[in-house]
Amino acid sequence: MVLTFELALTSYFIATILAILELIRGCKATSKGMVVFAAFGFVFHTLNIALRLFISGHMPTASLHEAASFFTWSIVLIFFIIEYRYKIGLLGSFVLPGVLVLMLSSSVLPRQIRPLPVILKNSWLWLHTILAFVGEAALAVACGVGIMYLIQQRNVKLKKLDGLFHRLPSLRVLDEVNYRLITIGFPLLTLAIITGALWSEAVLGTYWRWDPKEVWSLITWIFYAAVLHARLNAGWQGRRTAILSAVGFIAILFTFFGVNLLMKTFHGFE
Amino acid sequence: MTVLVIGLNHKTADVEVRESIAFDRERIKKGLVGLRNLTGISEAIILSTCNRVELYLHADGDLSMVERVKKFLAEFHKFPLEVLDGALYAYGAEDGVRHLFRVASSLDSMVVGEPQILGQLKDAYEIGLKEQSSGLILNKLMKKAISVAKRVRTETKIAENAVSIGYAAVELAKKIFGDLGDKVFMLLGAGEMAELAARHLTGSGVKDVIVANRTYERGLALAVEFSGRAVEFSDFKKELSVADIVICSTGARSYILEYSEMEKQMKTRRQRPVFIIDISVPRNIDPKINSLENVYLYDIDDLQGVVDKNLNERLKESKKAEDIIDKEIDVFFDWLHSLDAIPTIVELRRNAEGIKNEELAKLYNKLNGIEEKDKQAIEHAMNAMINKLLHQPTMALKGNDEEKDILISAARKLYGLNSRPLGRQDEP
Repeated sequence: MVLTFELALTSYFIATILAILELIRGCKATSKGMVVFAAFGFVFHTLNIALRLFISGHMPTASLHEAASFFTWSIVLIFFIIEYRYKIGLLGSFVLPGVLVLMLSSSVLPRQIRPLPVILKNSWLWLHTILAFVGEAALAVACGVGIMYLIQQRNVKLKKLDGLFHRLPSLRVLDEVNYRLITIGFPLLTLAIITGALWSEAVLGTYWRWDPKEVWSLITWIFYAAVLHARLNAGWQGRRTAILSAVGFIAILFTFFGVNLLMKTFHGFE
Repeated sequence: MTVLVIGLNHKTADVEVRESIAFDRERIKKGLVGLRNLTGISEAIILSTCNRVELYLHADGDLSMVERVKKFLAEFHKFPLEVLDGALYAYGAEDGVRHLFRVASSLDSMVVGEPQILGQLKDAYEIGLKEQSSGLILNKLMKKAISVAKRVRTETKIAENAVSIGYAAVELAKKIFGDLGDKVFMLLGAGEMAELAARHLTGSGVKDVIVANRTYERGLALAVEFSGRAVEFSDFKKELSVADIVICSTGARSYILEYSEMEKQMKTRRQRPVFIIDISVPRNIDPKINSLENVYLYDIDDLQGVVDKNLNERLKESKKAEDIIDKEIDVFFDWLHSLDAIPTIVELRRNAEGIKNEELAKLYNKLNGIEEKDKQAIEHAMNAMINKLLHQPTMALKGNDEEKDILISAARKLYGLNSRPLGRQDEP
C-alpha cells in the first residue's frame, strides 16, 4: 500500500518536471512523456485508494492524508478528462505542479488507517465526499485554465507574441473550458452540500450546524454562484471570470486545509 | 561524372536578367533536349521560377563543362554571355547537392520557409521524368531533395508563424477566437492592404463579411466579391456591436473611432471580444481603446513587429535545417559511391566464394571420407565454374560503358547485393 503511494508520487513528480520543461522549452516529446507518467501515477494512485478502501472497508477520506490524496486523485481524473476531450496544449504545465504540491502535502501527513466513528458509517458519506471532492477538483482545474487564460490574454494585449503565445491555446477555447469546468464543479458542490445536510440530519438530527467547514463551503458556493450569475446575466467573460476562478480556488483550498488546521471542526478527518 | 548545379537566383541576378533567362514549360522541353545534346551530360532537369533558374545535371566534372553549359544558356536565350556570366553560379559534387537541398528546403528562398518552392521543384522533376531527361542519379537526387525538404519542414519550425501582415492578422485572430467560422468581419475602407488581409481572413473560414466604404459603390463591389453585405460608411459604428474582427484603412486624417464610443459599443456587445486592426497611416482608431477589456487593437507597426520577429525565428531555425541537410548529403553520397564498380565486383566474388564454401561443406559431409586429391579436383572445378560465370559481368562492370551506373545498380539488384558495398560499411 505504501509502495503504490510512493510510486504514484514519483510518477507525478517526473510528470511535473516534464510539464515544466515543456512550458519552458516547448518540446513536444516532453508533452507525451508527461501524459505517460501522469497516467502511470494515476494508475498507482487508484490502486492505493482501492487498497485503502479494501482494508478499511470505508471511503478512504477519513484522515487528512486520505482526503488530500483523494482530492489530488480527483484533480488528475478531471485533468485527463479535459486533456482527452479538448486536447488543449500546456494544460499539464498548469495543473500538474498543483497536483504535485497536494500529493506532497498528503505524503507528509500521518498515513495510518483509522477506524471510522460508528456514527459516520453511513452511505451518505460515500456520496457526500465523492461529490465534494470531484466538484472541487473541477474548480481546481478551472483555476489552472483561468491562469492560462490570463497569461494568453496578457500576451495578446501587450503584443508579446513569443513562444508561449504560440503554444497556448486560443482565448476562446480557454474561456470555454474554464466556464465548462465551473458548470461541472458548481452543481457537484451544490449536491455535496445537500447530501452533507441530509447526512447530518440522519446522524446528528440537524441539517445545518454552522460548523466552520459548512460555513466556508457555503462561502465558496455563494462565490461560484456569483461568478455564474455575472457571466450569464452581466456578460462577464474572459479575464474577469478567469480571475474569479483563480480566486475561488483559494477559497476552496482554505475550506479544505485552512479550516482543518486553524479551526475546530466536525469535519476533522481524525 | 558528377552532380552539377548551374543557375542564378534573386540574390545574383536582378529581375531583367531573370526574366530573359526564364524557361516556360515548352522551352524547358527544348532546353532539356539541347542540354542532353551537349557532350558530357547524361542527365538534366531544369527548374524555372520567378526567383531562380537552375539546371541540375549529371555531367562531367571538369571546368570546361561549366563553360559549355553557360554558353549554351546564353545562346538558347539569345542573351549576352558577359552579362549572364556575372550572375551565374556553379556548384559541383557535394556543393551542388547541398545547394539543391537548400533550395528544396526553402533556405535559399527570398522568404525563408515559404512553401511554394517545393511544389515548383516537384514540377520540374515531373517534366524531367516525362521527357526522360533525368535518369538513375537525378531521379534519386530529386527524391532525396523532396524528402529532405519534408524532414526540414516537420523537424524544424522554419515554416511556422506568419511572415506577412495578412497571415499575422489571421494568426492573431485565431489565437483570440479559435475557429473563425462563426465570426463577423468588417472591412472599414478599401485599401489594397486591407483587401489582402480580408482575403486571408475569408480564406481562413470567416463567412460573414460587412464592408463600409466612403464610396458606397466601391464598397458594394467588394462586398459582392466576399459574398458579404455593404453598409453606408456613416453606419459603421452600429455594426461594431456585431463585428468581431475589424480591419480599418481609411484615408481619414483623424480618429474615426474614439474611446468613449467603443466603450459604449462593448456594452451592447455584452463584452464579447473584438479584434481591431488599424493599418491606416495616420492611425484612424484611438490607440487608447486597446485598454478596454476584451478589445484587442493592433496597428500596422504592431503587425510589422510580429512579422519581423517571426522572420528572425525562421532564420534561427534554418541553422537546424543546415544540420539535417549535412547528414542527408552523406546519405546521398553513400548511395552514389555504392555505384562504384570495384566494390561491387569484390562483393560479387565474395558472394560466390561464400556459396562455394557452403556447398562444398555440405558435399563433403554427404560423401563421408574423401581423399585430399579428390577434394582438390572438386574445388578446382568449382573455381573454374565461378570464374567463367563471373567473367562476363566483371568485364561489363569494369568497362567504360556510358550507362555504367545503371549496370552497377542492375548487377547489385540481380545478384542481391546490399545497397551498401561491404568494403564501405564501417565508414560513417
